[in-house]
Amino acid sequence: MAVSQMIGASIKRREDPQLVTGSGRFVDDLPQNAVLHLHVVRSSEPHARILAIDTIRAKEADGVVAIFTGKELREEFQAPLPVTVTFVPEKAYPEQYPIATDKVHYVGEPVALVVALSRAAAQDAAERIEVRYQALPAVTDVEKAIQKDAPVIHESLGSNLSYDVKRAGGDIEAAFKEAEVTISQRLQQQRLIPIAIETRGVVADYKPFANSLTLWSSTQIPHFVKVWLAVILGIPESQVRVIAPDVGGGFGSKIRVFPEEVLTALASRRLGRPVKWIEDREENMRATHHGRSQIWDVEIAAKRDGTVLGLRLTQWLDLGAYCSQFGTFMSLGLLVAPGPYRLAAIDGRLVGVFTNRTPTDAYRGAGRPEATYVIERVMDLVAQETGMDPADVRRRNLVTGAEQPYTSLFGFTFDSGDYVAGLERALQVAGYDDLRRRQSEARKQGRYLGIGLASYLEICGLGPAAPTQANTGVSLWGMGVVRLHFTGKATAITGSSPHGQGHETTFAQVVSAVLGIPVADVDVVHGDTGIGPMGMNTYGSRSTALDASAVHISATRVREKARKIAAHLLEAAEDDVVYEDGKAFVKGSPAKSVTIQELAMAAFQTNRLPAGMEGGLEATTFFDPTNFVWPFGTHVAVVEVDPETGKVSIERYVALDDCGTRINPMVVDGQIHGGIAQGIGQALFEEGVYGEDGQLRTGTLVDYLVPSAADLPFFQLEETITPSPVNPLGAKGIGEAGTIASTAALMNAVVDALQPFGVKDVPMPASPAKLWQLMHRNGGRKG
Amino acid sequence: MIPAAFDYVAPRSLPEAVADLVKHGSEAKVLAGGHSLIPLMKLRLSTPSFLVDIGRIQDLSYIREADSHIALGALTTHHEIEFSELVKARLPLLQQAAAQIGDAQVRNRGTIGGAAAHADPNGDFPTCLLALDAELIAVGPRGERSIKAQDFFVDTFTSALEPAEILREIRIPRPPSASSGTYLKFSRRSQDWAIVAVAAQVSLREGRVERVAIGLTGMGPRPLRAAAAERALTGKAVAPDALREASAQAADGTQPPEDLNGSPEYRRHLAAVLTRRALEAITGSK
Ligand SMILES: Cc1cc2nc3c(=O)[nH]c(=O)nc-3n(C[C@H](O)[C@H](O)[C@H](O)COP(=O)(O)OP(=O)(O)OC[C@H]3O[C@@H](n4cnc5c(N)ncnc54)[C@H](O)[C@@H]3O)c2cc1C
Repeated sequence: MAVSQMIGASIKRREDPQLVTGSGRFVDDLPQNAVLHLHVVRSSEPHARILAIDTIRAKEADGVVAIFTGKELREEFQAPLPVTVTFVPEKAYPEQYPIATDKVHYVGEPVALVVALSRAAAQDAAERIEVRYQALPAVTDVEKAIQKDAPVIHESLGSNLSYDVKRAGGDIEAAFKEAEVTISQRLQQQRLIPIAIETRGVVADYKPFANSLTLWSSTQIPHFVKVWLAVILGIPESQVRVIAPDVGGGFGSKIRVFPEEVLTALASRRLGRPVKWIEDREENMRATHHGRSQIWDVEIAAKRDGTVLGLRLTQWLDLGAYCSQFGTFMSLGLLVAPGPYRLAAIDGRLVGVFTNRTPTDAYRGAGRPEATYVIERVMDLVAQETGMDPADVRRRNLVTGAEQPYTSLFGFTFDSGDYVAGLERALQVAGYDDLRRRQSEARKQGRYLGIGLASYLEICGLGPAAPTQANTGVSLWGMGVVRLHFTGKATAITGSSPHGQGHETTFAQVVSAVLGIPVADVDVVHGDTGIGPMGMNTYGSRSTALDASAVHISATRVREKARKIAAHLLEAAEDDVVYEDGKAFVKGSPAKSVTIQELAMAAFQTNRLPAGMEGGLEATTFFDPTNFVWPFGTHVAVVEVDPETGKVSIERYVALDDCGTRINPMVVDGQIHGGIAQGIGQALFEEGVYGEDGQLRTGTLVDYLVPSAADLPFFQLEETITPSPVNPLGAKGIGEAGTIASTAALMNAVVDALQPFGVKDVPMPASPAKLWQLMHRNGGRKG
Repeated sequence: MIPAAFDYVAPRSLPEAVADLVKHGSEAKVLAGGHSLIPLMKLRLSTPSFLVDIGRIQDLSYIREADSHIALGALTTHHEIEFSELVKARLPLLQQAAAQIGDAQVRNRGTIGGAAAHADPNGDFPTCLLALDAELIAVGPRGERSIKAQDFFVDTFTSALEPAEILREIRIPRPPSASSGTYLKFSRRSQDWAIVAVAAQVSLREGRVERVAIGLTGMGPRPLRAAAAERALTGKAVAPDALREASAQAADGTQPPEDLNGSPEYRRHLAAVLTRRALEAITGSK
């Protein structure tokens, strides 16, 4: 294949041979001499005062090197863990330090550290530590948490309410006045536990005389971790290096600066030796943040013809025990709640509440799956109420291609796309009309087929400098360095920090396409703050739109400089020299050419450079796009619900996605597959359940049901391709789209299947027991 | 997720293994496939200080047909049972259960002896053994004894084995030729533990149910027999109504647990539905 065709080529991921043969290098695989092992003793109580921590017996245990309690470490923290604005500057929140001192606020909060010669010794010793608690009543329900007599989790705040604020656009009174149909519905977003296949882990190596820290972490954000370790521990930022080696998944669950990163570094600094902490699965399920955990109360104003005029929305967000770093990011959901639809008015209320549970933060899609779920359930509720076909309600409300670029009521301008065309194509591929016929036939025989649609529009590619800085304190631009070596091999350094997305392949394809060198000649370097400028890491489906674009621009600048050198060597005018497939030649005479390898060498030889030109072939780009990117599409799910058992089987799944240019279609498909699987997990299986006693009842993978391939149908993937005008690649994000669409599509299908039973909504997950109950309460079938 | 410290021996013979168990008393545990024991040890819910690994003992893994019964060595893996032609032909119920246990790794390591000795009320094999009227042969310091399945499963995670006894063999009476069985398992995910499962074995003679055994998984602290349903069907002509009526009594007398997967009411309902489906599948009557 010609290298110039590398953009759009489904080449195999270069990452995979080492990963699938077990040769990856994750944090726990790093060769590390004389490393000590850290075990974190965690709170068994959801809410309690710490009366005393007895460490005497533990200190005597075999292999123990040191034991630290929160009180002993407290003075070493020069700042609390970071919290960002993320859409709610008004919020009240407590400072969170990496380890508790007087009080614990959730099961899993760190209370003491054991450092020992082996992991087993550390765990043995930990069992000998006795923490005496004075139990306090736990708060596990958002609405109960803000009642007057509720126990207060953080005394300094006076209540468990973090914020209760309005976000409104358009004229909601007019919308409800005009309405012919009004519907109220409570929609639940259960708590999810992210379950990255690799749990978190940290190795910290502090060198006392240099006052320098090197820290390996299974993180999505090495560049941010570096900054905050410097700030919290008072080490000059220039002396801190953070490396994310192979990272086995994140889904948002590795997006924050975590207590254990600080604690492991601190233990290493205290002891002057490298220290390692590896999270185990039980720990992971309590100590790594959770996702979703929201309630949305919806009031819909619509017309009989299906036009949705306006929404009153309240988003109740369960923050958990603290406000996590991006803990209020999910409020973005309310601002993009119109989805791809024309909607004249939203009267929104955001309420953030503390509970005695693990803090919540970003989880795949963060805010956008919730918003999509709401608006897609709204479309189906309107269809049910007006007796219209759900597809027609969507047709009535979708922004059309002719209206683009459309500006939504909260001021977001969409980049490109014909959402109606996407819907129609998905319906056609799924054979929608035929499905509806089959559904009514089946109902006559007592079989319950459900057809669910979800037309999503996702804001991602975070993102343009100005809005992202306002929300996070830093401009989230793309960063890419392209460096040509003396022998013509290339290094691309990216600001992204992939953890499964395949950037080593796709970013190399970009460089290969621009410079005309083989993919094998391009090394992609990521996730190491010691190499290259500060990057903005990987989350929010941003890496391709931002960082691959920056790499693209740098590669283009390198090519342009190479062309100048070529003109000099060919003794031609610069404008007459063309560059194709790794060679430069005078227009019309390709036979006499100079290769990029020769040009790379020339770049380091003064006698071959044009007079006055600086040596080297290298460019660095910080890329600031003009807008977010807005992938979109329609997913269609077909399910059958067994009326005797309540079990859902997924018969068919069609996903139409438009993510603009696809650098590597196979990698795109992989992202969509994983995304759909995770979204189906939320719809049918997963739920982080706490008892009223504040204990996590789904604390192992026996109780927390993550689906496997055997639970999933074949995914039929379809596409339209509308390049985004906001970046040079035309690429939109695709890391989260599958999850954003699939939960809504599945649940719409489940509710649709249950229509004959008068069911209007099903709280997730749609477990068999729940569906059976919904079908058979009040005596079964109605219609 | 690291077990507490323990010592380990791997004796080569049953007498040696029994001697080890006697020597270490209640501190010791038998290790077979490890797929129930090791997870408990990693969670430190079980902290034996001595493991007697019976995996190196010769001739504990086999499936043999004798005159009156089929014998399975205690170390026979789920996988071996799943792919045994003999089991498939004679004991389809057991073969189907084996194929539905966990995932391939679990089936490759887990043993039928371990599954029985572990006596998990949600385990699949115990119910099958109960429905098939199996006998379990144990060796201990006082020699060998045979325990009927109905006496073997005592309570949640409690079998009739004495601390120093090792389960050696499981004997399943050969069903008559006009007999067949099936195992229907209901769970939220494939490759999951049962919420409720039904093991049914039916012998027919001239269109009538001569004998029927229905075992229930997940309906109480140990595997149970659906005695009322069995009584209701025995001697009846095979017909949809008869199957239906009998199935409706499947959960009679049970007190199933409440958990995140369902209420006792839902479990009782499932037991009836699965029983009916199992009987329909076996008899072909619907
Ligand atoms: C991920 C996973 C999924 C699973 N899913 C299922 C499922 O769907 N259905 C199901 O039924 N099971 C399931 N299991 C359990 C599995 O079938 C186990 O293998 C089985 O229950 C125990 O067999 P074992 O050989 O591994 O026993 P071990 O774990 O070695 O031992 C279990 C217990 O029995 C005792 N023991 C073992 N052998 C003997 C013997 N010969 N004599 C006396 N005592 C003995 C041990 O001391 C221990 O107390 C699952 C396990 C895992 C890890």
